[in-house]
Amino acid sequence: MSTDTGQPSGITEDIASGDQRRDRMIRRILLGATSITVLTTIAIFAVLFDNTWGFFFDATFSEWVSTSILNLGMDGLTQRVTFTEFFTDSQWRPSHADDPRFGIPTLISATILITVGAAFVSIPIGTAAALYLSEYAGTRTRKYLKPTLEVLAGVPTIVYGFFAVSFVTPVLLRPVLEVFGLSVGRNNALAGMVVVGIMTIPMVASISEDAMNSVPDELRNGAYALGASKYKVSASVVLPASISGVFASYILAVSRAIGETMAVTLAAGATPNLTANPLAEVQTMTAYMVTSARSTALVGSVTYQSLFAVGLVLFLMTLAANLVNDYIKRRYREVYQ
Amino acid sequence: MSTDTGSDLLSDIDLTWVKRKELLFHATLVSAALFGVVMLALLILDVLLETAVGVVVIGIDVGTFVSSGASRNWENAGFLPAIIGSIWLVLFTLVFSFFLGVATATYLEEYAPRSRITRLIEANLTNLAGVPSVVYGLLALGVFVNGLRLGEILIAGALALALLVVPIVIVASQEALRAVPDGVRHGSLATGATRWQTIRGVVLPAALPGIVTGTILALARAIGETAPLIMVGAVLEARQSPGPTDLFGSMPTMIYYWSFRPITEFHHLAALGILILLLILVGMYGLAFFVRNRYETGV
Repeated sequence: MSTDTGQPSGITEDIASGDQRRDRMIRRILLGATSITVLTTIAIFAVLFDNTWGFFFDATFSEWVSTSILNLGMDGLTQRVTFTEFFTDSQWRPSHADDPRFGIPTLISATILITVGAAFVSIPIGTAAALYLSEYAGTRTRKYLKPTLEVLAGVPTIVYGFFAVSFVTPVLLRPVLEVFGLSVGRNNALAGMVVVGIMTIPMVASISEDAMNSVPDELRNGAYALGASKYKVSASVVLPASISGVFASYILAVSRAIGETMAVTLAAGATPNLTANPLAEVQTMTAYMVTSARSTALVGSVTYQSLFAVGLVLFLMTLAANLVNDYIKRRYREVYQ
Repeated sequence: MSTDTGSDLLSDIDLTWVKRKELLFHATLVSAALFGVVMLALLILDVLLETAVGVVVIGIDVGTFVSSGASRNWENAGFLPAIIGSIWLVLFTLVFSFFLGVATATYLEEYAPRSRITRLIEANLTNLAGVPSVVYGLLALGVFVNGLRLGEILIAGALALALLVVPIVIVASQEALRAVPDGVRHGSLATGATRWQTIRGVVLPAALPGIVTGTILALARAIGETAPLIMVGAVLEARQSPGPTDLFGSMPTMIYYWSFRPITEFHHLAALGILILLLILVGMYGLAFFVRNRYETGV
């Protein structure tokens, strides 16, 4: 806005500069809103770390820092749970009256067991579904099939838990396993694997299909011109060409499976169990957090703090998965114009 | 490829196996694509069947179910406090997440310089979207329930849900804002409007249908979430309809509680509850679909 006119334009100029001032103010408010998202990340990490410190030692990190400053010296930190116990002990029994043990390998192994099992369901089925949608299906089929698959992702996870307990275990798994002479309880890891696998299918299928769709037709036509069959084109041209996107979808699905809570709590149970047997009842990290939070533990007690310690490990695991996903997408992205 | 001419050049090539393999592969892909659909159908059938058995065989009274609170006795047990709790939760989640989400998206799309910090903020958003919901519950437990000493009240649960869905609202709003063509902005700026006047008067109205659609989908996610609410200490047996500052239960937590009980009558109550929850979700998805189709105009 020019300022070379004299007196008469003074009023409009005031309005204009008022507008500018408001514009700057609004900008600051919006920036403030944006910073809340950053603050959330910091808060998550701070809260988890602070209480995890309290889990291992006697006071939370913030308490310890403030008392150390007040006493002008280091307070002796009494350690109530040793790192060795936490990372190597094979028992997880936090509420045991005489001898509580906090060995997280039990919970981590259960989480990994469920995650790997779910991946065996969702990765092959999701990839095949994506190939079908992108290479074989007609426009009409795709138009209806893709949204239908995505509904699977919109179903609340508690419903999957119910589905596992009322259908997957008694109707699908039990009769089949009985043929082989195996018996399976109401809660078992296998049912958890199946339902978590089902709920992550749309994630794999949808993201992989997007990646396959972005493979240019020239590649396909080139292969067809050489006499390749549709199978050859799908498996040897399209899939390798879109592998970075496909791989990213796998990691996203795995990350989702690690953090999945309600379905595994209902399906796989609440008994900590260090085992690789999929028919056993196991307790994942998330299942421990939910079942333990139900019994309102005293704030500051070891049980209360153990929630945060487990939460920190869970957070770091999913964070690692998300970072790997980010890296793959950035590093190995094929760019087709 | 016909092979009937004996002296043909290609007569010694047998394509039977290639064709069989081709067919087998096609069939595998079709069955994989249908697997999800079949599972979805089974899931819905299972819920319907359990509900039907509950109502017809066991004799659950639907009237009692929708009008009373939880009870140790399955015949008197009802879902009303859970429904009320969920409605309150969704309303507060909407209030907490909508303005924050839209403001953040507006800043990132309209004001933020293309700098390293902006890229970091966006990367952080993708990350937040991948944080397990149970961790948001833990955050709310540590900060709101015990840190600010709000206690295990409905507002604390709504805050946890709001933090959980804000990344979804932001990403949807960003996409809606990005879809508004630059010509619209330039036209407004050329008339002497400031940036904010342009955004408020022209850009946001054009992007609103997309923003609303994204927000409804985010709320649909929130209404089905269980884990964060259990973490902040939602009561599982909701007997009385809560207000915003009361102890609360919600539809998913009630379903969880009933599914976990060993007495099978309660499983049928859970199925009926799931049916109501799913119907509400279908309604929300339908609304989002309607808004998208009715109001989303190519500017």
